[in-house]
Amino acid sequence: MDTASWIIKALIIVGVFAVTLLIATYSTLAERKIAGFMQDRLGPDRAGPFGVFQPLADAVKMFFKEDFIPAQANKWLFIAGPCLSMLTALMTSAVIPFGDTIRYEEQTIAVQGVELNVGILYVFGIVSLGVYGLMIGGWASNNKFSLLGAVRAASQNISYEIALGLSIIAIIMSAGSLSLRDIVNQQHGFAWNIFYQPVGFIIFVTCAFAECNRTPFDLPECETELVGGYHTEYSSMKLGFYLFSEYINMFISSLVVSTLYLGGFNYPGMDWVYAKLTALAGDTTGHNLATLIGFLALFFKGLFGVFFFMWVRWTVPRFRFDQLMDLGWKALFPLAILNIFFTGAGEMLGYHGFTWIIVGIMTILAATNAVKAPPRKMYPADV
Amino acid sequence: MEFIDRIFSTQSLFWFLSFLTILSALMVVTSKSPVYSVLYLILTFFCLSGHYIILNAQFLAFVNIIVYAGAIMVLFLFVIMFLNMKEDEAETSPTLIRTLATGTAIVLGVTLVLAFSTVKVAAFNPMAFDSQVGMVKNLGSVLFREYLLPFELASVLFLIAMVGAVMLGRREAGDRHF
Amino acid sequence: MEKMHLPSDFLPIFIQLGLALGFIITTMLVTHSIGPKRNSKLKDEAFECGIPAEGDARTPISVKYFLIAILFVLFDVEVIFMYPWAVNFKSLGWAGFVEMLLFMGLLLAGFYYVIRKGVLKWE
Repeated sequence: MDTASWIIKALIIVGVFAVTLLIATYSTLAERKIAGFMQDRLGPDRAGPFGVFQPLADAVKMFFKEDFIPAQANKWLFIAGPCLSMLTALMTSAVIPFGDTIRYEEQTIAVQGVELNVGILYVFGIVSLGVYGLMIGGWASNNKFSLLGAVRAASQNISYEIALGLSIIAIIMSAGSLSLRDIVNQQHGFAWNIFYQPVGFIIFVTCAFAECNRTPFDLPECETELVGGYHTEYSSMKLGFYLFSEYINMFISSLVVSTLYLGGFNYPGMDWVYAKLTALAGDTTGHNLATLIGFLALFFKGLFGVFFFMWVRWTVPRFRFDQLMDLGWKALFPLAILNIFFTGAGEMLGYHGFTWIIVGIMTILAATNAVKAPPRKMYPADV
Repeated sequence: MEFIDRIFSTQSLFWFLSFLTILSALMVVTSKSPVYSVLYLILTFFCLSGHYIILNAQFLAFVNIIVYAGAIMVLFLFVIMFLNMKEDEAETSPTLIRTLATGTAIVLGVTLVLAFSTVKVAAFNPMAFDSQVGMVKNLGSVLFREYLLPFELASVLFLIAMVGAVMLGRREAGDRHF
Repeated sequence: MEKMHLPSDFLPIFIQLGLALGFIITTMLVTHSIGPKRNSKLKDEAFECGIPAEGDARTPISVKYFLIAILFVLFDVEVIFMYPWAVNFKSLGWAGFVEMLLFMGLLLAGFYYVIRKGVLKWE
């Protein structure tokens, strides 16, 4: 690569980095606003109009709080824990294809940090490293609540990683590549993977929730049992890193879900828009404008994903630990294997949407179960 | 630009990575706390993945990170962090361990030197070299055609390992659960 | 001619790593330097909801968690084996499909054994 394309690449990476941080910052406000809306109250509204400066105020407060390290803690590991969490959260965005290509002086540059032949494995690798931040932080605090939070977080994350890895395999089988860009390009227009892989989509999203430690899988920080979980002893920006990395993970995993299942930067009617734009503004400018629209499409899919995370948080109650483990090992794991089997058989026989059979069978099973179940007992308090 | 090219030249990257690998491997052995040892071991695996990337074995590089740094090291960290290590330390005499370790190291070193001096590396032809041989596609077609039997035997190995793990982890009366 | 994949594909990751590390280190340094520092004996103790702390937190935990970790390692390797198979799925054809079914069948047998032994049962 020459200097100009290096600079453009660096600008893309810096831009993505800045956007990720900005979105994560404002997700904290959005979370509280949405919580307010769902619970019929206002949410933060003091800092600026509609509380738009609230994240800034929070950040300033975090910075000026005492950076406390307990006497019995292991000092360096105590600092390393949140830093590792943050690092793993920030590294994933490098491989996500944010848009098609930019044309610049005879060159075409992909709007993507790094185009890897093994892009999915990169994501999977970073996800598998995410557990260290929680484990090290929880253990270094030398507090029983933190330790329990760390053990729970670690076993939860590793349990759901299996189903996560298996659910991606069904997509790779039909795509024939581990590169995220190849997978996105195959979903051109409206041929999104979700229409062929509904079961894989549900498994992947569930596992993404578990990997982000979001409700209903937020047992590591379950207040009623564990005070603050693995970050009980943390204060100041170190606590901020733990909380902030959760919001970054939310945005990034929404982007990964969009890339794998919801078409990435593809949208219905993109060919028509592309033809119109190139006819109107010339080949180069039109191409770049079409790329921009694709980027916005992915961006809004990501934002909707973040909203979905929050929506679920204020709707679904938290699991119990045994329920959580049962769901991961006894439900999602066999389901993912079944999904691979059906996808394989379908591809071999030449039918794409073969996995809808699983959806059909499961709906029938659920319906018969609901019919057979004894009528719900009414307690005096309900009447 | 030439400066950047020189920094990122394969040669200098190789030396840098090798230095880092050996340094972190030494730190694994010399650190006092086992937790630090595991963390340095993770760093060592990262450096090895860097070597795989330089060799253009991209799939292997990430498998190394996922399986070794992401899974096996989590298991190690689990065992070290959540078992009481402090009380067991004084049980074995350090001199005995040191003598044994030195002996083993000498035997291993002699074996390695002898092995490397007798082995003949196949002639390397840069013209016929296919740089894409380490990509997932080529790897998979070799693995599932030519090395099919070892692959299927691996699943038997997994089965045995699973049974072994269940046997080892059998619950005993008075076990604490939390 | 297919696209060549070279080690230089990975170079932009260094930019990302540099940015991430720079952000983290700067934030840590700033927050270390501008916050107040007041220590006292009570404050240095572990947080225990107001009850005096009982012993060290470095206690052994249930063996279940280790079993989960061991099973995770085994199944993770299995998942890794499936990636090269999935990439080559179409070219391997029915033979490859049957091979993988055999592999998965053996693993599911192990999984069934693990469940029957009650390893994954929490109480």
